[in-house]
Amino acid sequence: MTVALRAQDLSVALGGRTVLHGVSIELQPGWTAIVGPNGAGKSTLLRALAGLLPRQSGQVWLQGRPLDDWSVRERARHIAWLAQQGQAHGDLTVRELVQLGRLPHLGLFGAPGPEDERQVDEALQATECAAWQRRRLQQLSGGERQRCLLARALAVCAPVLLLDEPTTHLDPPHQVAVVRLLQGLALQGTVASVLHDLPLALQADRVVLVRCGRVVAAGRHDDPALHAALCEAFDHAIHIQRIGTRFTALHKLG
Amino acid sequence: MTATRRRLLLALAATSVLLLLAGLAAGGDGWSAAGLMQLLRDPDAGLIIGQIRAPRTLGAWLTGALLGLAGALAQGLFRNPLADPFLLGSASGASLAVVAVLAAGTLGAQGLGPPAAGMLSRVGLVAAAFVGALGGVLLTLLLARGAQHTLRLLLAGVVVGVVLSALSDLLTLAAPEALRGRQVFMLGSTGFLGWDSCLLLGMGLVLTLPAALRLSRTLDALVLGEDSARSLGLALPQLRLALVCLLAAATGLAVSQTGLVAFVGLAAPHLVRRCAPGAHGYTLLASAVAGAVLLLAADVAARTLIAPQELPVGVLTAVFGGVYLLLLLNRQREA
Repeated sequence: MTVALRAQDLSVALGGRTVLHGVSIELQPGWTAIVGPNGAGKSTLLRALAGLLPRQSGQVWLQGRPLDDWSVRERARHIAWLAQQGQAHGDLTVRELVQLGRLPHLGLFGAPGPEDERQVDEALQATECAAWQRRRLQQLSGGERQRCLLARALAVCAPVLLLDEPTTHLDPPHQVAVVRLLQGLALQGTVASVLHDLPLALQADRVVLVRCGRVVAAGRHDDPALHAALCEAFDHAIHIQRIGTRFTALHKLG
Repeated sequence: MTATRRRLLLALAATSVLLLLAGLAAGGDGWSAAGLMQLLRDPDAGLIIGQIRAPRTLGAWLTGALLGLAGALAQGLFRNPLADPFLLGSASGASLAVVAVLAAGTLGAQGLGPPAAGMLSRVGLVAAAFVGALGGVLLTLLLARGAQHTLRLLLAGVVVGVVLSALSDLLTLAAPEALRGRQVFMLGSTGFLGWDSCLLLGMGLVLTLPAALRLSRTLDALVLGEDSARSLGLALPQLRLALVCLLAAATGLAVSQTGLVAFVGLAAPHLVRRCAPGAHGYTLLASAVAGAVLLLAADVAARTLIAPQELPVGVLTAVFGGVYLLLLLNRQREA
């Protein structure tokens, strides 16, 4: 199976403190959920994979080619990135925001054509934002804004989608909708998402557990060794239980 | 473009035409139809209107447009609605250069050396203000080590502003005869605008406005935050530097022709966003026209309010702008 994005011995420092210690990870086609306790380095790992952070050491390859060899715009066409608690304030309308996702294809000076508008429409529909695409960002709730930002990432139509907590601020129906959407996107490309919600993360094809800046476990969602590592990483405050064909994580509340 | 945005642009264009006509009619003796008729019968009317009122009116419109554009650029670049075009040291740089030229004679006597003092006095106030404004921004860029970090740029601008203002104070102390000239410069005036100024300002607007519009999507993308903008393939350090250069050129040109006209750059983008919020491409264009309308309205008022005397236009824009911002704050508090 072709590896879309691969990192080898990746170390990253933030503010003089090393946050990632020699991480090696492979993102294959399908959906990979990255989980771990707070401050484990999950978001930093995702930013480093997107080429948004300088590396202390190590290398990242996109489709077998070192990330540094790709031009900035070429890279932007291949990796779409959604920030953790992404900003989206100001006077842009929802549609104008989502249209920004076409920038890697158009550049600063290109005018959007029918194909760009079609991709924007599809992204708006996939995230259920189409009905209020004329509203301004400052008129949206946190959950609505999060869906717009997700639509902006989808509008890039990149083969690799890196999403940092895409379900933040969403109510359960929309969390489920995003999970279904990611499962659908994973059939055609590579999706990696940082998730705090373990039941949602266990719906992914693969789960990668990050702890103290290192990948400590990785495996399929039904891997018992992964489940054991998850329980340990979260201080046994959870237990993992099978429901039908899938697994879910439950809090141990006494 | 939505209907609201189109309506605002049309309203601003129509107001511009009315104010341009008012600017031609407004004389030293204020408003009067009889005065205008008398002027039209006067054989010197062509000279008065063609050589004095017309360039002043057009120049005020163009200066306002440059300040409005610079204000919208500053607020988009710093993602701060209180950012104004003079934030990066251009005002203090221009002011220092003007004071240096005005004080050249005294400085020569006090040991700067006749050649240096002579050179300063030959530079001329307009060129000095332009070079000073660009120098102030350049110093800010040097201190901030480029335009990569918005906050560092902002802090460097504040430091440059304080230090250069202190130097101006020091020079004024050494050469008190520069005080009056400095005061005139700080208050801003459209009284010295001629056709040469209009040509310069017009060329400046023709160059900076289309370039800013071309780069406007960078400002849209910055709404998402730095990382997201970079993930869209934008080379942010270079683009930010280009935007800072446009901001410096627009501000430097305006300052060099009229001195420091306060609040136009701050208020114009606010006005546009309040009436017809939109993407930065629209905001930049509409802010330029709104800035032009604001400054021209202030100029006509400055000429006529206490005619035959004239108020410094910067004083009027500061008063109007201050009241407008207070109203804005009050409304936000109520909301």
